[in-house]
Amino acid sequence: MNDNYAVDGETRVEIYRRMALLKANDERSRKVIKTGRLMMPYYSYRGQECIPAALAVNLTDRDYLCTIYRGIHDMLAKGLPLKELWAEIAGRIDGSCKGKGGPMHLTSPDKGIMVTTGIVGSSMPIANGLALAAQLSGDGRVAVATFGDGASNIGAFHEALNMASVWKLPAIFLCQNNQYGEHTTYEKATSALRIADRAIAYNMPGVRVDGNDPLAVHAVTLEAIERARNGGGPTLIEAMTFRFHGHIYGDDDAYMDPARKKAAMEADPVPIYRASLIAGGFATEESLSRIETEIEAALDEAVEYALASPMPGEEELTTDVYAEGAAA
Amino acid sequence: MNDAIVDTAINTHRITILQAINAALADALADDERVFVLGEDVGDAEGGGIVGVTAGLSKRFGDDRVRSTPISEQAIIGASIGAAIAGWKPVAEIMLMNFVTVAMDMIVNHAAKLRYMSGGKTSVPMVIRTMTGAGASTGGQHADYLEGWFAHTAGLKVVAPSTPEDAYGLLRSAIDDPDPVIFIENLISYGNKGPAPVSGHRVPLGKARVAVEGKDITIIAYSAMADRALQAAKILSQAGISAEIIDLRTISPWDQETVFASVAKTGRALVVHEAVKPFGPGAEVAATLSSEFFGRLKAPVERIGAPFTPVPFAKSLEDAFIPSPARIANAAQKLVEQGKL
Repeated sequence: MNDNYAVDGETRVEIYRRMALLKANDERSRKVIKTGRLMMPYYSYRGQECIPAALAVNLTDRDYLCTIYRGIHDMLAKGLPLKELWAEIAGRIDGSCKGKGGPMHLTSPDKGIMVTTGIVGSSMPIANGLALAAQLSGDGRVAVATFGDGASNIGAFHEALNMASVWKLPAIFLCQNNQYGEHTTYEKATSALRIADRAIAYNMPGVRVDGNDPLAVHAVTLEAIERARNGGGPTLIEAMTFRFHGHIYGDDDAYMDPARKKAAMEADPVPIYRASLIAGGFATEESLSRIETEIEAALDEAVEYALASPMPGEEELTTDVYAEGAAA
Repeated sequence: MNDAIVDTAINTHRITILQAINAALADALADDERVFVLGEDVGDAEGGGIVGVTAGLSKRFGDDRVRSTPISEQAIIGASIGAAIAGWKPVAEIMLMNFVTVAMDMIVNHAAKLRYMSGGKTSVPMVIRTMTGAGASTGGQHADYLEGWFAHTAGLKVVAPSTPEDAYGLLRSAIDDPDPVIFIENLISYGNKGPAPVSGHRVPLGKARVAVEGKDITIIAYSAMADRALQAAKILSQAGISAEIIDLRTISPWDQETVFASVAKTGRALVVHEAVKPFGPGAEVAATLSSEFFGRLKAPVERIGAPFTPVPFAKSLEDAFIPSPARIANAAQKLVEQGKL
């Protein structure tokens, strides 16, 4: 772990707290689905925890986030309350979206979590609009769009980055390059050697960073956020990582190279960062264990809260289609 | 177009549909700081719109609030959605209706659904203005009426005016509306003149207008076809047939109350649109009327639309493609005669 970063101990531990929350939440999600208590399409983000955890400590609730179906880690890192999350993915009335959105469409505007899309590439054009709102208001907010490597091959990526650059929007395009677009490898689907290189075409800074090094991600995202806040326009960040599991929970991930997967899991960034905090004197085994215990307790509470919450009544079926209720 | 021209136009009491839309945008921009206009070539440096609908607006309100965009329909709609959920009121122009195809994901998967999918936590108060219509020899990719796609999408409203007063009043209402509205302008009739709207006047969404009263048959139309239905009514009156013409104005949600009241009176209905007939909005209206008035109709509800073809280029074919006043009148006359049997 590179230790030349000017990041204070408190922030380092806070990044870990969020990483540990994301890891524990993923493990709990798979466990609860496996036991049959919850049925939902689940896109595991395990292995990608460093990126949103390190990003989010640089953002405030007022900053905007547009994320994707594999984005629960992004939202939790940005502060989505666990109970809101769990009630929503359980399809309950107490969920962030009254159970109408589900795991692919979580929304929590109080935390700046504005859009979660199930369409590859669609986080970026909408993040531009949020950034435009910030620019027109002059309120100093930034908008972050997260997406995967596969999304850099869809037209929306190119339209959005071009427009963001032309208008110097306070936007951060954060690609979590987990090496797979659904089942297809990066090498097979993407012409660019590095997604960060695509920034050159849009005349914006493009940075590749080790997405499994939280302090490196922290530094790179902080620079991009400050540039955006100061009127310097958008940045494309490519954070290199690896998705430990298949595209969707339940697939056999036969398309993933077992050796690559094994190597990635052996280099699990969460325990590595944990050990570095203790070795660096930023935390103790006891202090981190305490954090982890608190997370498990919060998860226990959130899962029980969610499963005890009622499902939405049938009267909810036709409300929220239009502002005043169902049309016609 | 500057202030003076708009005001003069209104004072002369007859302006074009294009001027009415320009005035509605200008008044909305002046009344509400959250309103802004974006689209390809909408700024004055780029001509104030491909046919001048937004002329003068960027000079008056600045390039930030009337901003020309790259030719990037997904990005235009995406930027509008993002700004709308952050509290702004964007009025996006998709230059021609066929270009919405490039932005369908943004419109259908996002603009239409974000309110519902967020359980009401976000709303998307935006307008998409778009022009279309056969008759300008533009061929297969510049003239389609695609309103049926949007009327079939929960979460969207669809509006298509046919007069300057309605164009002004409906656009003001669309901009005020808390939900996404598709606002369809007919390219061919931009120059049509009519009584000038009163500044600030709103025409409510979802309310049809009885353009001509009649007793023998109800003809339901919108956009340019409302004009053609009026021409058909004149032909019919020469044949002694009294047609009631309803300009639907809003396609979704459509005004069942006004249409039902008319059909209850006439007992006959003909729905006319320029969109191709199969699976068009006319089918929805006809099915609803057939169900509501089963046993009380003097003739089956009939529909007229363009044939199930792309819009052709050759003038002879293009003329045959667009429902004509004669065709509308003939169909109406047959229904009336059928009902007398």
